[in-house]
Amino acid sequence: MSLDLQTVVESLRNNFPDTITDLTSFRGETTLTIKKKRIGEVCNFLKKDFDFKFMVDITALDYLEFKTPRFEVVYYLHRFGLEFDENIRIRLKVVVSEEDLKVDSVVPVWSGADWLEREVYDMFGIEFVGHPDLRRILMPEDYEPFPLRKDFDVRDREASKRSFERALNEGE
Amino acid sequence: MERVEFITEKEVNTESGLRTETMMLNMGPQHPSTHGVLRVVLHLSGETVVKAVPYIGYLHRGIEKLCEHITYQMCLPYTDRMDYLASICNNIGFILAVEKLLGIEKEIPERAKVAEVILFELGRIESHLVGIGTNALDLGAVSGFLYCFKERERIYDILEMVCGARLTTSYPRVGGLPDDLPEKFEEAVQNFINIFPKTLAEVDKLLTRNRIWIERTKGVAYISAEDAIDLGLTGPALRGSGVPYDVRKAMPYLGYENYDFEVPVSNDGDAYARYLCRLEEMRQSLKIIEQALDNLPDGPYIADLPEVVLPKKELTYTRMESLIRHFVLVYEGIKPPPGEIYHAVENPKGELGYYLVSDGSGKPYRMRVRGPSFVNLQALPKMVEGAFIADVIAAIGSIDIVLGEVDR
Repeated sequence: MSLDLQTVVESLRNNFPDTITDLTSFRGETTLTIKKKRIGEVCNFLKKDFDFKFMVDITALDYLEFKTPRFEVVYYLHRFGLEFDENIRIRLKVVVSEEDLKVDSVVPVWSGADWLEREVYDMFGIEFVGHPDLRRILMPEDYEPFPLRKDFDVRDREASKRSFERALNEGE
Repeated sequence: MERVEFITEKEVNTESGLRTETMMLNMGPQHPSTHGVLRVVLHLSGETVVKAVPYIGYLHRGIEKLCEHITYQMCLPYTDRMDYLASICNNIGFILAVEKLLGIEKEIPERAKVAEVILFELGRIESHLVGIGTNALDLGAVSGFLYCFKERERIYDILEMVCGARLTTSYPRVGGLPDDLPEKFEEAVQNFINIFPKTLAEVDKLLTRNRIWIERTKGVAYISAEDAIDLGLTGPALRGSGVPYDVRKAMPYLGYENYDFEVPVSNDGDAYARYLCRLEEMRQSLKIIEQALDNLPDGPYIADLPEVVLPKKELTYTRMESLIRHFVLVYEGIKPPPGEIYHAVENPKGELGYYLVSDGSGKPYRMRVRGPSFVNLQALPKMVEGAFIADVIAAIGSIDIVLGEVDR
């Protein structure tokens, strides 16, 4: 089955009307903004019907002063073509507001999303509903702030100090 | 933080009345065969692993955060410190990402591209040598390790000749090479091409049909093709399970579509298959280097783009205009247009992707690194659960992780 990105976008439009809120293209890469509630369904659809078997990356962006709602969760999907040049990549985005930091997890769709979602939670504090084991992954488990948020102060060492002292007292 | 109990589960066998216990064993973070500071908590029933939980983050330096505060050029040295066994590949990957963001891929001179291909493949060989060598060392084959490391020194000598550093190269620049290749570069690479196949054959002879090596790696740390794709594995870890995915073929960069090389695949999905993939990949890299060296053109080595490329040093010291340009470029940085790109390269360990978001200023608004080691390490519990504790070491070695990249 040979297909191109256009077909995928058309099909998404037909199957999920009013779900795609924005489509941008920059340097040959296509980004679709999806309504937050539908992300699980869209991902499932892309995997089942279009064979996007490979979850490349999940990350997030924080537009503190530039945009409201503040956060965006970014998914990057890959489809293996039969030939090497038939590979398709697509980027999905979900807008997350500061008041409701919850997104449906895509771990049921791709188990490789596990650590990637944990990292987003660790760095931005965005919760993934339905994730089997949502813990901090890179920072200490009792660390409070979320480091990749734009309002995080790099010079502030208080949080690390507290976390370190707690570990010392517990004799870990 | 919860207290860790040594004995995690107690059970009384209903038939025999014997009491059984599941024991917890903490492996790492200071353990030579975890290749850095990886900690794996193993739940054991006798010698069998019931559950394995990796804990990472001991080497977390927050590179993604640090890069938000500095210009694009200043990010380059940070990329060395991720996969430090193939720092040149990380550097080139980052440079390519910035070039894509700027939209100047077509302006890069051919000489720079071909030289970058040579260095990239040298980096791949260097990393695979360590990967195979340390995997062998962990399983007790010290001689294989020494053969690999001897050869790695030769690559470091070439890198030192080109950029003055051995490990932390920080080499190419946005737009091409900072300076022309040294006179003896071609000779040195040719010399390496002549010597290396001999060592490769020796490593092959030492391990491929070595009975102990086969017993320790064959059928160990198995992962099926479906699971490998589902978990997002890339690199030899994916190709060892029979999926012929290689970024160099799938989304060619640096003109890889013009080179004649194969993507080695092995169908067994075990540690031995991944070893065979790495071995064959080194042969293919050698083939690419040979072709690149034959086609290394003369001519400019850096693009003629005043808004991106620093002026030559002698001009900076003698001419006012160049000095001003130098000052502006260093002080304000390269300014890509607002937008976001993702650029992937086939690092020795898998797909290394840079996701750059620009707001039009000289600093990246967000730099996300998709490290192959980070994603590949997810497969560890799946590989070792149900296996013996000694196989955990073979599994970690065969995924070939670098903790600098896992934790970033």
